[in-house]
Amino acid sequence: METLTTILTGVLVSVATYLILSRSVLRVILGTAVLSHAAHLLIMSMGKGLKNGEVPILRDGASSYVDPLPQALILTSIVISFAVTAILLVLAYRTYRETGTDNLFELRGFKDE
Amino acid sequence: MYTVNLAIMIPFLAAIIVPIIYKRIQKIHIGWFVFLVPTALFLFLVSFIPHIANGETYLYTLEWIPSYNINFTTYLDGLSLIFALLITGIGALVTIYSIYYLSSEENLSHFYTYLLLFMGAMLGVVFSDNIMVLYVFWELTSISSFLLIAFWYHRKSSRDGAQKSLLITVSGGFGMLVGFIMLYVMTGSMSVREIITTISSFHDHALFIPAMLLILLGAFTKSAQYPFHIWLPTAMEAPTPVSAYLHSATMVKAGIYLVARFTPVFGGELTWFWVVTIVGIVTLFWGSFNAIRQTDLKALLAYSTISQLGMIMSMIGISSVALRQGYSVNTVIYTQAAFAAIFHLINHSTFKGALFMVVGIIDHELGTRDIRRLGGLATLMPITFTIAIIGSFSMAGLPPFNGFLSKEMFFTAVLSVRELQFTSEVWMSLIPVIAWVASTLTFVYCMIFVIKTFLGEYKEEKLEHPGHEAPFGMLFSPVVLGFLVIVIFFFPNVLGDYVIKPAMYSIFPQLGAEDLGQHISAWHGFNTELKMTIGVIVLGTLLFISLRHWKGIYNWILPEKLSFNSLYGNSLEKVEDLSKFVTNSYMTGHLRDYMVYIYIFFIIAVGGTLLNTKAFLFDLEQYSSISEFEWLITIGMIIAAIAMLLAKSRLTAILLNSVLGYGIAIFFVIFRAPDLALTQTVIETVTTVLFLAAYYFLPEWKKEDSKRRSKVVNAIISVTVGVLFTTIALAVQSGKLFESVSSFYENAYELAGANNIVNAILGDFRAFDTMLEVVVLLIAGLGVYTFIKLKARKGDNPLEDK
Repeated sequence: METLTTILTGVLVSVATYLILSRSVLRVILGTAVLSHAAHLLIMSMGKGLKNGEVPILRDGASSYVDPLPQALILTSIVISFAVTAILLVLAYRTYRETGTDNLFELRGFKDE
Repeated sequence: MYTVNLAIMIPFLAAIIVPIIYKRIQKIHIGWFVFLVPTALFLFLVSFIPHIANGETYLYTLEWIPSYNINFTTYLDGLSLIFALLITGIGALVTIYSIYYLSSEENLSHFYTYLLLFMGAMLGVVFSDNIMVLYVFWELTSISSFLLIAFWYHRKSSRDGAQKSLLITVSGGFGMLVGFIMLYVMTGSMSVREIITTISSFHDHALFIPAMLLILLGAFTKSAQYPFHIWLPTAMEAPTPVSAYLHSATMVKAGIYLVARFTPVFGGELTWFWVVTIVGIVTLFWGSFNAIRQTDLKALLAYSTISQLGMIMSMIGISSVALRQGYSVNTVIYTQAAFAAIFHLINHSTFKGALFMVVGIIDHELGTRDIRRLGGLATLMPITFTIAIIGSFSMAGLPPFNGFLSKEMFFTAVLSVRELQFTSEVWMSLIPVIAWVASTLTFVYCMIFVIKTFLGEYKEEKLEHPGHEAPFGMLFSPVVLGFLVIVIFFFPNVLGDYVIKPAMYSIFPQLGAEDLGQHISAWHGFNTELKMTIGVIVLGTLLFISLRHWKGIYNWILPEKLSFNSLYGNSLEKVEDLSKFVTNSYMTGHLRDYMVYIYIFFIIAVGGTLLNTKAFLFDLEQYSSISEFEWLITIGMIIAAIAMLLAKSRLTAILLNSVLGYGIAIFFVIFRAPDLALTQTVIETVTTVLFLAAYYFLPEWKKEDSKRRSKVVNAIISVTVGVLFTTIALAVQSGKLFESVSSFYENAYELAGANNIVNAILGDFRAFDTMLEVVVLLIAGLGVYTFIKLKARKGDNPLEDK
């Protein structure tokens, strides 16, 4: 199972990379969103092993639990990546309003003095 | 007992306090407060003169980085005392002068902060015994000089002058640093005193000559020796008090100090004698030769300073012969060259300081310092005229001024070179000839300075303000210096016995037992030196009278294109163009290119390491099983991901992204992570809404119009990154090097009273982390709000537009 999720992660990373390298702002933002999905999956599969225990909520009779640490990390990460996506989207919106383009090829700052 | 260390720190402390006082007290000129610092230090140092004259020295060590032998060690001896007295004494006079020179509308707190910074750094240079500390202070003087030259930074010429002086002196300083490191490698010590005692066993070391030349490079760039002299004339863009202080009396003498200080280290070597003497003599000639053609009074003084520094340098070079040949009746004459050098150094500070202040007065009162516009000021500015006469005649080497005494001693020194046996006589007799010619040229430009400015026809229509005498405050400092010029002529031996003689023991510690003093007298018979002086006056007068007829040779000998100045200018321009070209070639301004750099670096560095270490070891046995449902979701997500790339409409892409998100939420359920599954579902929903909102506001996707080739490149990069990523992830999973820390958290109930381990980690074990995460969310929220709400005010142009 770990191998499968890792391969899935690799595919997601490839897709994210391709999206980030494109010219449209929206594609780049989608790319970062996909990249964070990939990161979450990766962290998950980097734990003690998947599916080899109970839900990490303490209760009598449970012999072993799945790794709780990746879960805590991912929980933080989900929220942060949401914040990043939100900021990027608003930034794109504002840039489009000010400059009238969402093409990164045209958005290349000012020429030298 | 760190009194000297404290003396170095006081100007730095004052530099910190100045801006604070400047804000609080507006009524009194801030300069008066600054004036207290050098005055107090001067008086403090004067109290050492009797002790130093008795042969005492003071050594204080403040440990700084003892494990690297770097300590803040100060050494107060004859040599450092002279320089420190000049720094504080001239510093006090310059401060008074500047109070009247700079109007209160100037940025005075900056000016005095830089000035105090310089004063402290310069004291640090002369007192430091540790070469690394010396180097730090050395570069600090360059930096403060840079700041002071660029004081009127709105002028381009000021900025250029500051840049030129910084580039030249700091590159020389780097050379010096390398030389110091070589010295340390050779001797294993960073203390100049210790190096002097042990250096004799390292004369044959391979690094000995390179170290010497590199340290000399530092000294020559700082003291504006040929061919590094070009920065000094452009440094004259600084306010005149700065020129008088840094660029004639103190900072440019740091190189002389260094050469004198290192004479006992390298002086026994013939290369040292040749390099220092020849560079000094050439500089002496070149400076005086160029001074004559200048039309700007300050530039004239700058070239004359270069020339005089060369003269002092050559005398120290000649004196090193005494170390080579040992002390005897025959070599006394060479040690006396060093005596003359220090004597002239003091004299130069007095008369050149006065002359710079005179030029400052002329510039300040009349609004110009162009020789062609000046003339006939003698009756309008009688006191200034008198000081100018005293200063220039002293510089020309005429009695009854101190310059006469040291000029005679200089002639004695260059004449003594003829008696050296280690090279052909032709060369040896050339040195006195060049020295004599240069002195004649010196006489000529001194006459130009006095006669063209103060005599002749008064041309009021060419001046910005009508001629009138300067206020008393501005005259005070030059009058004091002019007075000193005469006093030193009549009582030279007070200075000689109490101040110069102790310094001689610092230059020649190996000859410590002997009497290195010298009796200075104005008259010693009708000897060769006096004949040379008379020759200087006669020929100099002739040359001055016929100046009109031979001035043309300058354009013939020195076309602007071939000068070092244009070499400097051109190479600077070329370097700037090259760096611009290189930077622009990869800083394209396109996000895609920057991302490509990052990915390529990742592929090469991480992939290369992976290949190198052969770390791909997969162990698929231990992993948990895969159900059909899980296969289904995985394949579904892969299809969704790839479909995102092909999506024609952005709505499809957004929805496919949500498919990925919900797919992950399902995985979280399978992987027994209920909290994650819940959060992921909620967040994914909100994210989708956000994207849809953006969808509403952003324009429709155009088909990517990039070239096919760059699309292929992108695809190759993406696939490589993905494959590399997967390989590393698999390799990492297989090689578990240590036990997981997670079992610790399974005691959540005992430790935190919580049953939900994940919640306990977030809310208790890593609560601080979570709190900061909330702060991040808050900042993001504020950011979103401002981006949407904030509008640029009218007339509020973005900064980059300018």
